[in-house]
Amino acid sequence: MTSIEEYGKYETAWCPGCGNFGILNSLKHALVACELSPHKVLLVSGIGQAAKAPHYLKANVFNGLHGRSLPVAIGAKLANPELTVIAESGDGCMYGEGGNHFLAALRRNLNLTILAHDNRVYALTKGQASPTSEQGFVTKAQPHGAFAAPFNPVAVAVTMGASFVARGYAGLPEHLAGLIAQAIKHRGTALVDILQPCVSFNKVNTYQWYKEHCYELADDYDPTDHAQALRTALEFGERIPLGVIYAKEKPLFEEQFAVLKNGPLARQEVSREGLQQVMQGYL
Amino acid sequence: MPRDIQLLIGGEAGQGLVTIGQLLSKALVRAGYEIFVSQSYHSRIRGGHNTFAIRLGTGPFFAPRESIDILVALNAETVALHRDQLTGQALLIADAAFAPDLPGTISVPFAELCPERLWNTAALALLGNILGLSLEALYQAVEAMLGKKHPEALAENREIMEKSRVWAEAHVPEHDFALTGGMPIADRLLLNGNQAIALGALAGGLKFCAFYPMTPATSIVLELIAHAETMGCVFEQAEDEIAAINMAIGAAFAGAPSMVATSGGGFALMAEGVSLAAMTETPVLIVVAQRPGPATGMPTRTEQADLEFVLHAGHGEFPRAIFAPGSIEACYQLTQKALALAEQAQSPVFLLTDQFLADSSRPIVPFDPMAIAPVRAGFEADAASTPYQRYRFTENGLSPRLLPGLSEQLVVADSDEHDEEGHISEDHGVRVAMVEKRLRKIELLKQEVIAPELIGEKGADLLFVCWGSSQGPVREAAAMLRGQGSSVAILHFSQVWPLIPAQFLDILQAAGKVVCVEGNATGQFARLIQREACFAMPGRIARYDGLPFTARYILERLEAVEGKA
Repeated sequence: MTSIEEYGKYETAWCPGCGNFGILNSLKHALVACELSPHKVLLVSGIGQAAKAPHYLKANVFNGLHGRSLPVAIGAKLANPELTVIAESGDGCMYGEGGNHFLAALRRNLNLTILAHDNRVYALTKGQASPTSEQGFVTKAQPHGAFAAPFNPVAVAVTMGASFVARGYAGLPEHLAGLIAQAIKHRGTALVDILQPCVSFNKVNTYQWYKEHCYELADDYDPTDHAQALRTALEFGERIPLGVIYAKEKPLFEEQFAVLKNGPLARQEVSREGLQQVMQGYL
Repeated sequence: MPRDIQLLIGGEAGQGLVTIGQLLSKALVRAGYEIFVSQSYHSRIRGGHNTFAIRLGTGPFFAPRESIDILVALNAETVALHRDQLTGQALLIADAAFAPDLPGTISVPFAELCPERLWNTAALALLGNILGLSLEALYQAVEAMLGKKHPEALAENREIMEKSRVWAEAHVPEHDFALTGGMPIADRLLLNGNQAIALGALAGGLKFCAFYPMTPATSIVLELIAHAETMGCVFEQAEDEIAAINMAIGAAFAGAPSMVATSGGGFALMAEGVSLAAMTETPVLIVVAQRPGPATGMPTRTEQADLEFVLHAGHGEFPRAIFAPGSIEACYQLTQKALALAEQAQSPVFLLTDQFLADSSRPIVPFDPMAIAPVRAGFEADAASTPYQRYRFTENGLSPRLLPGLSEQLVVADSDEHDEEGHISEDHGVRVAMVEKRLRKIELLKQEVIAPELIGEKGADLLFVCWGSSQGPVREAAAMLRGQGSSVAILHFSQVWPLIPAQFLDILQAAGKVVCVEGNATGQFARLIQREACFAMPGRIARYDGLPFTARYILERLEAVEGKA
């Protein structure tokens, strides 16, 4: 049995009241619920306040470049399919700098989890608009208000037929832990977009604001109904649905490589006979 | 009698000229002749002017030749573009519709011999007749290519080859190009540079490759993919080069010896990843197949102008090694060495090649697949102390690299400056210690440096200095000068970083005239030698028109070159 203590406790660089605390706590509970020991887990992050989260629990960690958590996560999963791989970063990292990787990862469908801490602002660089900021969101960099329409990661993922798409909220840690556990257990790429207040730089989407706008999907909601999932995903304004919005198993990317059935690539010998056979093809 | 025949097949993309060339090459190698194949093509799928050149005879050959002895023109444009290169005795094979009125022209009524889609088969049989290859030898090559996939086409091809041979016996004028004395020797591999890199990577223990297609690097990866199942290698075409190098780093972190292959523009996108590999001390092999830049440049042509770029790419300070193979064999050997060194030094390591080497093939004595020493990733878990520190400070800078998930130890890597455990640190003392730890690995790289090869005598009147792919043409130029009684030597660098002046400075100083031959406009390597060894390269021969060096190109410019400082 794994316990929450195994995942450790660290000092953080986050502001008091930051939504990241709730997310970190939910992640630990989800890992315990999945009965995973820390050494079986690899957390890959990019850069940003959210991307520091992997430093604050015990696990294997690769804290890479801004925007590039997913390619690293994909490479690691393909080298060792036995690892539970989780890519964890913020909205700027995952949807802005790493937007192309986000789309490509959903198309591939490896068995990995994407946790996007979505506070709708660039916090580490002190408050510029992010891809998910509301139109009109005023910052020092966007003095006339953010002009571009916000990116809806959940709707994009559902449109693309991603195999698991959920939205959680940092202010509902138990509900969120449940979503993350389901995402980890899901066979395929699982996105959990996590709404998160930023107490320092987002004075619009506050705890109070989320409390007024978010609701949990009903128990009888059917996440396998794609048309309904798309309608639900597009609902983002006065009311914001939380829960597993779409889920459907699809073939796993890694299954196309027979060699991965033998486990990690690191300990598989190079076949000299195979090489001989290859070379003979050039005679 | 030594034979040196330059054959050129020219036409539009899609006319099958590569097929003729490849089949003829196979037949020549099997019959015991030396060949050197070079290809020239435009960045398009159909049309354009493409050529497939085979230098053939008793060799060995290490470079193409400009003058042409046998020209096969599949279209009128080929005649117009290459007639000035024909030697006095040359034969020109062309369809009757556009055959020019030149001496040595063989005007072939292709339409009478076969349907248009099989003109290349007829041309192959004609060439076989001229070169004195048996029909059987050619047919075997055709059979090897078509036999498995299109056995139904064999009979038709055979019939056309026989018909063409009969026509040739009656119509080919007297000439001096029949080969004799080929001694079929032990089987040889016919490999180009990119194929040799792919084989070297597999032999070296490569398990993962990510890429975004870019000429002239793509064929390295396609070659790997063709053998991936046999060799247990995983690959992925990434969404962009940024993803490719980050995937390779992720895979390497998790224990798969990994590489990326790209060209200048794609490598530009990878630069931040290079820095990441250095900071996280993750081994990764980066193959950069050069083509002329800046920007998109000339996508299908050759140049050696990315040396300074590869040497400096990636922000911050960190050690690296750069190999630059000068032959097909070196492509195979150095790719293995580079993979091993990346693992050994936990660093990014580069292999710098170019379109000329990528697309040139030669017959090679087979490599011994039993003699390989593939990379084994990471340390064994018991090599690490507890609590495990991925970036433990050590005397030589190397810390025990465990692989995540393969033991109960937790592996933490960070692109931020980090402490010994791998966690983010903004402590200035830790910073200094980590910078110095990473830089200590330079010593390890230096111990492994391949000294430049001196071909010829130290103290020769003329010393050519070259690196990477220009070795072949320089060797031929030197041989021609020696044939005229000159004292000539070559200093060839197959590793261009780190440089250790003690390995070569005395050779430079002892020579009479020193001339650096490199395929860029500004003399990048000459400048690097000056910086590192305080030796100003007095003479330079540069080429940057997109075409490879040839012996003639070098010799024509040699006299005008000042060789003394």
